[in-house]
Amino acid sequence: MKITFPHMGNMHIAVKALLERLRLEVVPPPPISKRTFEIGIRHSPEFACMPLKINLGNFIEALENGADTIVMAGGWGPCRFGYYAQVERDILESLGYQFKMIILEAPDSRAYDLVKQIKSLGENVSFWEALKAINYGWSKLGALEALEKQLDYYLPRARDKARIEKIYNIAVENIDRAVSKAEVYEIEEQSVKEMSKAEMKIDLPLKIGIVGEIYTMFEPAVNYDIYRLLGRMDVEVIRSAYLSDWLNDHILKGYIKKSIRPDIIACARPYLNYEVGGHGLETVGNTVRFAHMHLDGIVQIGPLTCMPEIVAQSIIPQISAQEGVPCMTLWLDELAGTAGLITRLEAFVDMVHRQKLKAGNYQKEA
Amino acid sequence: MRVGIPKGLFYHYYFPLWKTFFQDLGAEVVTSAATNRRTVERGIESAVDEACFPIKVYYGHVRELCRQKLDYIFIPRLVSVEYRSYICPKFMGLPDMLKAGLPELLPVIELTVDVSKNDRQLKQDIIRVGKIFTNNKNQINRAYQHGLDELSKCKNLCREGYNISEAIQIWEGEQLELSPNYDLNIGVLGHGYSLYDHTISMNIIERLRKMDCRVFVAETLDQEEIERQAAQIPKKVFWTLGRMMVGSALYMDSHDQFDGIIYLACFGCGPDSMIGEVIERKVKNKPFMFITIDEHTGEAGMVTRLEAFCDMLRRRAGKYEDYISSYG
Repeated sequence: MKITFPHMGNMHIAVKALLERLRLEVVPPPPISKRTFEIGIRHSPEFACMPLKINLGNFIEALENGADTIVMAGGWGPCRFGYYAQVERDILESLGYQFKMIILEAPDSRAYDLVKQIKSLGENVSFWEALKAINYGWSKLGALEALEKQLDYYLPRARDKARIEKIYNIAVENIDRAVSKAEVYEIEEQSVKEMSKAEMKIDLPLKIGIVGEIYTMFEPAVNYDIYRLLGRMDVEVIRSAYLSDWLNDHILKGYIKKSIRPDIIACARPYLNYEVGGHGLETVGNTVRFAHMHLDGIVQIGPLTCMPEIVAQSIIPQISAQEGVPCMTLWLDELAGTAGLITRLEAFVDMVHRQKLKAGNYQKEA
Repeated sequence: MRVGIPKGLFYHYYFPLWKTFFQDLGAEVVTSAATNRRTVERGIESAVDEACFPIKVYYGHVRELCRQKLDYIFIPRLVSVEYRSYICPKFMGLPDMLKAGLPELLPVIELTVDVSKNDRQLKQDIIRVGKIFTNNKNQINRAYQHGLDELSKCKNLCREGYNISEAIQIWEGEQLELSPNYDLNIGVLGHGYSLYDHTISMNIIERLRKMDCRVFVAETLDQEEIERQAAQIPKKVFWTLGRMMVGSALYMDSHDQFDGIIYLACFGCGPDSMIGEVIERKVKNKPFMFITIDEHTGEAGMVTRLEAFCDMLRRRAGKYEDYISSYG
């Protein structure tokens, strides 16, 4: 059995670690490339949202590389994601691929069920080993996210931005290769130390929050690496979600650490008073939370035609007016070009910067 | 008190219920005009670009009502109308979207319908809404029950071949005759709020009838059979309307009386993008046409496609040996 799964940012590193500890052979899909987009788009329904198309591209490329089992998440509406696995399976079968698809339906309540689902995936693994495997995967995820946070912090401040990015890229590669938890921590510590040695600019960077749909927020190939694009423009990015938080909130129901989700949802009132599926309520809540944190601007990103994000998009202008924070919505689809995206981001950053200058004693290097 | 009900979205399914409910509570019910150019223009002006066409039209209806002297506008938040099924995320946020988007909005009566787990919350909400008009709980419950009765009366009309929107017209006292002349049976599927709205769907049903087709929609079929057919899909479709569409498509596919199936989808509709794909793959025996519409669609293109489809069906059925299409 050779297992594969869809890409989502750095998730593949943690999932690979987890599955390998379950004594499974893992064939992660090749990194998302232009070809992934092309294959995915060719075989997907035209009006499906982009994540489906990319998932499909991932699967086809992985099957070409010899995978024979696909692990995919399920769900129960109202967002389209819950039906992804079904449609993807139909498409792949009609293309003539031979494979087995395992759909992990999000457990309704207990983390215990999830561990059991994961255990049954593995070959001859005891419950204790399954737990340890999860723990190991989790440690890699934690390290990767800690590094992302450092990257977001140092990239806008450093003079030599290329060096910071290089340190980060190497660290990610090394974490993927690491074979023990100790090694993972070692790499994390080393890289952070190295980043902190960078020569810094004197001024404080602008702070812009990113909210939106999770897949587009996590997957750099889809959001055209918006975090680094902004970082290179001397903007510190505040991410509204990390994968570990999301897993903790939705799948592990706050077993691992205290969830901030109730606070986010409390923030969403009175603008949005009901769950709208997907990430819509969180997007609205995070926008308000970021406004309260006095960030300089907020960018919402989502895949085109994403239903929950359209609800959020309709509401964000009101938040922007009442809380006094500039907001912008970017829809991403397979046709977007980086140049157009950069131009819009630059214009937004300039506007935010000028507004801040007008508001008070703030200076920025030209 | 005057309550406005926008003539969009689930108006086409639940109007008799809502109207009876508010009238029994002593309110005067006012609806907006049927969707027209101005409704569309107003809607496009105020809704976000990415919203689907029916939502934009709904904005237009609400804005029209806002210009009248009304005490309230009724905007339900339809989350789920049956156990473990949903409508669409946009419906769940609709009142909030309108409040954020329309500064001129009149006071809103919000009713949250969420029976995905149980109907306790719905019952409470009905009492809460009813208390705006009266303090008599019995009267509120009676009004709601009366509304449900009227709605089922309306639904029974569908058995006779009327679609639910026509059934509502008859319920309101209009006279409708279905033409007895037809030589094709065509199943037309799609979300009712786009299919039955003459402007959104560009009157697809009437157009087909003028081309001598008998039109079947989901409501005119045997509902139990639809559910049985829909259950064939490996994973139950969790959108109420989507499941109905899948079930109807499979039903039409497996019954000889139907000559062809047309699916009308709105651009950007989430459920349609997935359901359309499922149906296209499952419908194997019948000609199937998928039409996507939005606010830019020209009528001529739609008419051409319908004519071509009907021509093709007639030729396929071999109904006229010497038949040559008059359209060229």
